[in-house]
Amino acid sequence: MTSLQAFEVALDRRLQPTSLDVPPGQLVALVGPNGGGKTSLLRALARVEQAGGKVIIDGEDLDAAPEARRRRLLSFLPASRDVTWPIAARDVIALGLDKPDEERIAELIALFELDALADRPVDRLSTGERARVLTARALASRPQLLLLDEPLSNLDPYWVLRLVDIFRATADSGRTLLIALHDLTQLPRFDRALLIAGGRIQMDETPAELVAGERFGQVFRIREDAEGNWEIRQAADRQSSP
Amino acid sequence: MRLFLALAMLLCIAAHLLLPLAPLREAHAIDPELADLLLVQLRLPRTLLVIGYGAALGVSGAALQAIFANPLASPDISGASSGSALGAVIGGYWLGLTQPLALAVCGAAGALGTLALLVGLAGRRADTTTLLLAGLAISLAAGAATSLALALAPSPFAFYDAFDWLMGSFVDRSLSQAAAALIPAGIATALLLRRARALDLVGLGEDVAASLGLRPRQLSFEVIALSAIAVGACVSVAGAIGFVGLVAPLFGRRLSRGHPGSAMIPAALIGAILLALADLAVRAVPLDRPIPVGVITALFGTPLFIWMVVTLRRRLTA
Repeated sequence: MTSLQAFEVALDRRLQPTSLDVPPGQLVALVGPNGGGKTSLLRALARVEQAGGKVIIDGEDLDAAPEARRRRLLSFLPASRDVTWPIAARDVIALGLDKPDEERIAELIALFELDALADRPVDRLSTGERARVLTARALASRPQLLLLDEPLSNLDPYWVLRLVDIFRATADSGRTLLIALHDLTQLPRFDRALLIAGGRIQMDETPAELVAGERFGQVFRIREDAEGNWEIRQAADRQSSP
Repeated sequence: MRLFLALAMLLCIAAHLLLPLAPLREAHAIDPELADLLLVQLRLPRTLLVIGYGAALGVSGAALQAIFANPLASPDISGASSGSALGAVIGGYWLGLTQPLALAVCGAAGALGTLALLVGLAGRRADTTTLLLAGLAISLAAGAATSLALALAPSPFAFYDAFDWLMGSFVDRSLSQAAAALIPAGIATALLLRRARALDLVGLGEDVAASLGLRPRQLSFEVIALSAIAVGACVSVAGAIGFVGLVAPLFGRRLSRGHPGSAMIPAALIGAILLALADLAVRAVPLDRPIPVGVITALFGTPLFIWMVVTLRRRLTA
């Protein structure tokens, strides 16, 4: 059984025609250099732009789903944390639901430890705090597929770990998550990792295999040193050459 | 709070219809039918126009602010009001149109033209500076073009004739004029109100809205066209009135807990109340000739506008 099936989605020069199958309950990391196409793939899958092809979630064609149904199928969190309007944090979370559900909102406020911030306007919160509110909004409708663009950036170490915990638990409850990230230290907690560069999927492996692959180091221009730390390839080459 | 606002609006309607009481009393003493005539033929169209125009300004201001994602976007700042004045002047003084509805169409066309120009110049999600500059340029150009059109108009009295109306006036408007402004404005406003939920969601960003199956680009064009119709039709009958469309949404959002789309209904009530109070002030000023209502709205609007710019600047530099 597949949770997400994408056929030939593409975005002009940013994303070459891409197909993808993801089973339910999988926590998938999208990694790759800046401008490689991670965001483009998420935007194409979320149908933010005309991306052609087909996106099927739980056997349902996303393009044919009305708004209320879409919320159950998919949720998209853009990388931008900007909110123009002074909407209270709790109300932002409520916008993720198609009808008011105080119980669900309270549950998310507790989960994201937002009690003290819940009634503050989001435009007055710090970037990291706003990131938590917007992630809670994305999870609110319990969608089958979550497409999250760099949800771990701007967060302090505690919240990076907590969010990965939350994502892990969400995946374990049978949902599918595709998460773009730069923090490679969190990669081992994912089930699967896609390396995206040059507008296409270059590798599709388990995190351990991905990181061990030669292609990974080439694409990122980094390599692991003897102690397991990442270092820049060119610099290392320069040092090792006489 | 909304109930309080609705009550305040009803109070304003009653006050606007009945104040000053003396002429009504005198007419009633002469002939009760005369008093009825005064009320229905003179006072009622004016009250309807004031309330309808104020509400239309509030709703279109809130909707424009929502799609431009900018609390300073409004019919006056965007140049839409000046554009509709230009449209109505060309229709009235150059094309020789006299039908109120035909003039309302010209007003809406002018507003649409300026808003299209604004989107072309500044883009749909312009930052505040670009939006203000582009809006200012368009307003100035439309204002100058209006003056030119009046100066060169076939009628030598065009300038004098149009002055009162251009700055906003509700004096001596007929029921048919009120209908010509309020029917298109009412329909456009109702259609804007139906988009409240969508505009709230666009408040989370266009990408989130698009992922939910909304079409932000199409929604923007709809809001621009409907606002142009609502404002343009009213301007063609009662002139360009500033600041109400800017200020009403600001207070409207305080009642909608910051939601840009849900702010439309409170903004409508606040806009109607503000304009009714401004027009009551016009009547209360003991002068031989009425001062334009736009002057009154500018008197209370300018300090508020300056305050908004200062707080925005503080937030941007913080």
